[in-house]
Amino acid sequence: MLQCTIRRLAIACLCLVASGAKSFELTEIAPGVFVHQGETALMSRDNLGGIANLGAIVGEEAIAVIDTGGSRAEGEAFLAALQQRSTKPIRYVIDTHVHPDHIFGNIAFRDTGAVFVGHKNLPRAMAARGPHYLASFRETMGTLLDDVSLVPPTLTVERETTLDLGGRKIVLKAWRTAHSDSDLTALDPQSGTLFTGDLLFLQHVPIVDGSLLGFLSVIDELRKIEAARVVPGHGPAVAPWPQALAAQKAYLDHLTRDLRASIAKGESLARAAAAAGRSEKPNWLLFEDYHTRNATAGFAELEWEAP
Amino acid sequence: MSPWTASLQARKSPNESEPRGSRPGLLRVATAAALFWAGAALAQEPKIDPWPGLVTDIFHDRAIKEHEGVVALDAPKRAEDAAIVPMTITLLEPGLRAATLVIDENPMPMAAAFSFGVGAGVAKIETRVRVNSYTNVHVVGQTADGALHSVAKFVKASGGCSAPAIKDQDEAAANLGKMKYREFTSETPALREAQIMIRHPNNSGLQMDPITRAYLPAHYVDKVEVRQGEALIFSMEGGISLSEDPSFRFAYKPNGAKVMRVEARDNQGNVFKGEWPIGGAS
Repeated sequence: MLQCTIRRLAIACLCLVASGAKSFELTEIAPGVFVHQGETALMSRDNLGGIANLGAIVGEEAIAVIDTGGSRAEGEAFLAALQQRSTKPIRYVIDTHVHPDHIFGNIAFRDTGAVFVGHKNLPRAMAARGPHYLASFRETMGTLLDDVSLVPPTLTVERETTLDLGGRKIVLKAWRTAHSDSDLTALDPQSGTLFTGDLLFLQHVPIVDGSLLGFLSVIDELRKIEAARVVPGHGPAVAPWPQALAAQKAYLDHLTRDLRASIAKGESLARAAAAAGRSEKPNWLLFEDYHTRNATAGFAELEWEAP
Repeated sequence: MSPWTASLQARKSPNESEPRGSRPGLLRVATAAALFWAGAALAQEPKIDPWPGLVTDIFHDRAIKEHEGVVALDAPKRAEDAAIVPMTITLLEPGLRAATLVIDENPMPMAAAFSFGVGAGVAKIETRVRVNSYTNVHVVGQTADGALHSVAKFVKASGGCSAPAIKDQDEAAANLGKMKYREFTSETPALREAQIMIRHPNNSGLQMDPITRAYLPAHYVDKVEVRQGEALIFSMEGGISLSEDPSFRFAYKPNGAKVMRVEARDNQGNVFKGEWPIGGAS
């Protein structure tokens, strides 16, 4: 009887462990290109902060990781899943920008020997925002943050840099202030896969934490990149390129148009931000969590262009 | 030592001594910011209401009546963008001399202390502040007899990935001190409504660049004076709780002057001046 219970417990534990490992899905979307699709949600204890899409590209000699997740726990799960797919060393960890859901997992990769790579502004952005992020996410993530500390890049990208994974080159491009002031994209020309980080949102409402006009102008530049598919920062793991840009561009155009009209009418920030772009709501998830914030920041930016 | 009591007039902690010949203002800001970063990690500890300490620091323990009727505060229930939270102070009693805006839980709680020119008839002033965490926001009005009256609003912090930080540091530095003036149709016929905007990072400083290991110094607008002709409409003393690119939209009584004059100073000694014709409200 007792033995039976113990055996059941042991089986239950094994199942839990197995499901824990299994729950971190890593999909090979093109030969040697792996993506983990984040949940479209806010970061929480339950999802381990796992809300962003994460990627890896495997060359002949080494691996490049693109974003590391929203906690050490998620970073470790990613690393474990990756090591099951390839025994090659991780040569680079590429951070697409400063936001916590993309970089809190860095710490899990610190001892892999990988070089951390980011936009030239990323070290400064981590310094300016890191302490606030670590403090403010305590509320929703609690002790998951105990073992998170930020790992800044040691290789920074001013404009463009090419990384070599052995027989496979990865082209990194640093962008002007758009989604944030540290946006970096990674292109794998061999498979035609573009990793945009949060320069592209699908389904998840876009977030403007840099410049609304900058974001719009970067979209026009991004469109010129030749690729077959894109891995957005949030939303499905993979989408057709460049068609995937359309919804986000429509959202940002709409918001800009409404804000300009409000500013021309002399409306206050609070009033304009409560109304601008509201009719985009049915098109996006998490709209109430981020839209008014986008409108607020957009107003403060656009009122400088008013006569 | 609690960071929550640090303010523009931060009390000195017992173990802190000011080096001779230092710049006290800067040191205090630096101290406040340092306390904040240290304190941020303690955010889970039971909160002590910082307000009584702030009454001591900012208002020297003077009696403050809490009631509606002298000043009103319009604040959002939630800070959508932690870096840009609109606050509107309405002056309900004519002849108010001063109004002070305090973000209780911020590293430098005193966001802006406004003084109003006699006869300027300022009825409303709207500005934008940074909100670091869940906080009460107080506005304290001073009537002509010197009495203090306060109202408070509770503001929820924004979501975690909205930081009270600069959006684009390079842009902020490149445009330092540029000003913009706008006029609006006033809701009250006897008053005019205008807005002054100043390009400035209003940076809290004390963030270390992990590559250069250098600290960014605090850099913020600490004084603004707005006049119609020679007559003061309002002056403001502020700190790092004001948003980057400080903005003031205000309703005032015109005195017939033809020119709006603004002089702003920052803590690094820069002086920014602007002058615009007062036209028909557009």
